[in-house]
Amino acid sequence: MSVPWQGILKKVDDYRWEIPTSYKQGMSVPGLIFASESMLGHILEENAFQQVANVAFLPGIVGHSLAMPDIHWGYGFPIGGVAATRLKDGVVSPGGVGFDINCGVRLVRTNLTEDEVRPKIERLVNELFANIPSGVGSEGKIRVSEKELDEAMVRGSRWAMEKGYGQAEDIIVTEESGCMKGANPNKVSSKAKKRGVPQLGTLGSGNHFLEVEVVDELYDRGAAKAMGIDDLGQVLVLIHTGSRGFGHQICTDYVELLGQAVKRYGISLPDRQLACAPINSPEGQDYLVAMACAANYAWANRQFILHWVRESFTKVFGKSQKELGMRQIYDVAHNIAKIEEYTVDGRKERLCVHRKGATRAFPAGHPDVPDVYRSLGQPVLIPGDMGRFSYVALGTEVAMKETFGSTCHGAGRVQSRAAAKRSLRGADIAKALAERGIIVKAESMASLAEEASEAYKDVSEVIEVTHKAGISRKVARAKPMGVIKG
Amino acid sequence: MEKDFEIVNHTADVGIIAYGADMSQAFANAARGLFSLITDLDDVGEVLYWDVELTATDEESLLVEWLNELIYQFDTEGMIFKRFDIIKLNNTQLKARGYGEKVDKSKHKLKIGVKAATYHMLKVDKSNGCKVQVLFDI
Repeated sequence: MSVPWQGILKKVDDYRWEIPTSYKQGMSVPGLIFASESMLGHILEENAFQQVANVAFLPGIVGHSLAMPDIHWGYGFPIGGVAATRLKDGVVSPGGVGFDINCGVRLVRTNLTEDEVRPKIERLVNELFANIPSGVGSEGKIRVSEKELDEAMVRGSRWAMEKGYGQAEDIIVTEESGCMKGANPNKVSSKAKKRGVPQLGTLGSGNHFLEVEVVDELYDRGAAKAMGIDDLGQVLVLIHTGSRGFGHQICTDYVELLGQAVKRYGISLPDRQLACAPINSPEGQDYLVAMACAANYAWANRQFILHWVRESFTKVFGKSQKELGMRQIYDVAHNIAKIEEYTVDGRKERLCVHRKGATRAFPAGHPDVPDVYRSLGQPVLIPGDMGRFSYVALGTEVAMKETFGSTCHGAGRVQSRAAAKRSLRGADIAKALAERGIIVKAESMASLAEEASEAYKDVSEVIEVTHKAGISRKVARAKPMGVIKG
Repeated sequence: MEKDFEIVNHTADVGIIAYGADMSQAFANAARGLFSLITDLDDVGEVLYWDVELTATDEESLLVEWLNELIYQFDTEGMIFKRFDIIKLNNTQLKARGYGEKVDKSKHKLKIGVKAATYHMLKVDKSNGCKVQVLFDI
């Protein structure tokens, strides 16, 4: 028996570290952190272990309170946290999903190569920036009535597609086919709807971005080819955004409502931001159907943005969509709660899987993986930061057994926004990136500094851990050429 | 009192600690702290006012609801407030008036979008004057 790391963590293997239930009284399951030893210092420093331990208090939690290697300090749940609760006696927690419900990533392939795009990258970035509303307080180009908003909430991507934004093929390769069932607009407050109407079809601010990138490494050529990634030098487009103020308000509303439910159901929690209610209670059900509304809003949002991306490429390159070959590879949610089936203690059980800054990673053969990828596994899309790489990976059986079909979602911050801003100036960053061939256009230069590479863990390190631990396996890597940010 | 509020930085998010001789002042300063994150308050004029009345189960919830109401006003009406009169405040009720103006992008440089005020590490400490702490999701 080895000595626990810093007297806290039990080493399971090089990439798995357990927080025993003895760490904090009230934990009903142990915590499990996926990380390399060199990452642990930072995780300890910012007290994220405490948050992993706090999540283990949730009634009905099974297995472990999990943390992916991109874990960083959140509010209530850590970012990079995964928790599964039993349907029959477990709880659902809006804090386990986060404010930006169905924040997620969409990846699109093109027939273009770096050589074709490089000479026009500046024009392309300007065109995308002009065509896609972004930044704090930005409003969409789309005008929807409240009635139409209700439709977006219920039907998600398909609603946007039927309005002329996108193709049926996009929907096939979107998690949940871009529509979470059971969404009920009557459980969404008028405040959320008021925030949602003007923001539909906007990228937003903060860590949200749109990136034109070029494939620079292939780890599995066969799998990459099946996704439409044919060779090195091929240009891809990545969209990272969520449900905007609509989702934020739904989370705000339900943290408040479930905060009261906690008292009613006699649940004791170490942190009020973990507010929750039994899944089978009226409050728990109301949250789930309202959350589905925000999830569908986010899918519609990414559908609109994809359409404008396609328009911008057509305009800049003077080629038809067919010639450009702009096909969606996949779309994943990384802030969401899902009812899924797993084997727990040898029995099949339906669980509510909370993923807060974690990506679903279903293996080959899983019925929820679209037919085109069924024999491969579900594509997992991992954005890095604007100066480094993003990755495409695949879900695995190990993820099904150990992490409730989940893996990491990004790089994970290591530096606060203010620290990043103090040490770096937006204008300098843009210049330094331009020297490396990355053109960045941002609504706010300050936000550029906050999102600089230096503020993040190296995404490659995060990916190495998920790959070696086996909870997803890497397929391809891409490096940015052009980025637009809020 | 040396300062009305200070900004606390966490890895992914930003918090504020606001001070006051009493809870009313601390709540008003917390609100100013919130808007100072969004834009530079020196650029904001007192052109419009807005009244609000809120109720909550306890003072901590009241603080979160107050700040979330302000975020909502910013997000839907584009209102930036720079000054507040707290007309009534006890542990469960708040009545206030805010003064400010609507966002004008030619005049106001918007710094960050604030998604919500959270309950995480939330504190209302009335042991010596009043000190409140709140963390925002950015």
